Amino acid sequence: MVEKALFAIFMEGVFIKNFLLIQFLGLCSFVGVTKDFKSAAGMSGAVIFVMAMAATASYIVYNYILVPAGMEFLDLISFIVVIAALVQLVEFVVRKNVPALYRSLGIYLPLITTNCAVLGVVLLNVLSEYGFVQSVVFGISAGIGYTIVMLMMASIRERSTFVNIPSSIRGLPQAFFISTMLSMAFVNYFWVIPI
Amino acid sequence: MDPLSEYIRGITRDNPIFGLVLGLCPTLAVTTSVENAIGMSAGTAFVLVFANIFVSALRKQIPSAVRLPIFIIIIATFVSIVDMIMEAYFPPMYAALGVFIPLIVVNCIIIGRAEAYANKNNVFYSFIDALGISTGFLLVLMLIGGIRELLGTGQIVTFGYTLVSLPLNPDVTTMILPPGAFLTIGTLMAIVNYQRAKKRAKGG
Repeated sequence: MVEKALFAIFMEGVFIKNFLLIQFLGLCSFVGVTKDFKSAAGMSGAVIFVMAMAATASYIVYNYILVPAGMEFLDLISFIVVIAALVQLVEFVVRKNVPALYRSLGIYLPLITTNCAVLGVVLLNVLSEYGFVQSVVFGISAGIGYTIVMLMMASIRERSTFVNIPSSIRGLPQAFFISTMLSMAFVNYFWVIPI
Repeated sequence: MDPLSEYIRGITRDNPIFGLVLGLCPTLAVTTSVENAIGMSAGTAFVLVFANIFVSALRKQIPSAVRLPIFIIIIATFVSIVDMIMEAYFPPMYAALGVFIPLIVVNCIIIGRAEAYANKNNVFYSFIDALGISTGFLLVLMLIGGIRELLGTGQIVTFGYTLVSLPLNPDVTTMILPPGAFLTIGTLMAIVNYQRAKKRAKGG
């Protein structure tokens, strides 16, 4: 376990190493699900939830099953299985107990299994040698950072629907140009936080 | 179907970045230099070729209800192999690409080709398809990496050889920082869209 303040890990997850704009993790959903605000919010909610759960579950699997058995080389395969199982479990529990939440998050849950942001959280936790609480904090903060950027992007794209721009820029190129601006803000403002 | 046109299709019409728009994360994250772009494409190509071959060879045995988990396990196995080979033999490259080598496992290109192509075609054509898609991926990554490295650092240095050098201010590094990635791919995509629209208007 590394010595690092939890607040520093939190700020790093949300701003300094923002998953979407700085680390480029989870871009498929970033350009795919941000066409309207409502689905971006649904996807973000599901991602925060699964990231926190995945950080917890993978810490337990890695440190209490793989390390004692000397099978660290199986980490990738076991993480992807853990995430897939977790997503299924979350879907099952939410559908059974909170049908209203399932109706808003449900269709996004299967997408998350192959979302590289979730696997990214898990792998970065192992790489940075975080302890249990640190891992969970990093998972939650990465989810919050993801949410902030998804909501910003969705609002901007929704408002710029009727802007008159050349047809070859409409759609994906436009989304990338908006991300350029957002990314500049993140790079320049948040790299100066002294932690 | 003839093999050559199947191969070319992976570079042009079904180009993973500009045609299918899959696998954006590594495309933007590792293209800070041509060298990283080549390393990343090589890793992805290895996994894509073997995953396509194995999925295609096993396509009659895999029950369609559980095919996605099985594809993921096949892909994860080859990604683990690439991960270990890179760590053992190319440590500087491994350090530069970092978490993106293990993340090949969730690269949509690979599972996309397994599902859309290898699951329906024989081993030989799946192999050709994987080669075509890998070449398309390599070319796009090298293009983006080249633009960013040249405009960000003023020169392109690949495996110790300086290919091009420009008299630019070395303090302006925007292009190798994250915004440069978004700007480059947005511009390239707009150009591709413009060319396609022009071709369509001509009736091509």
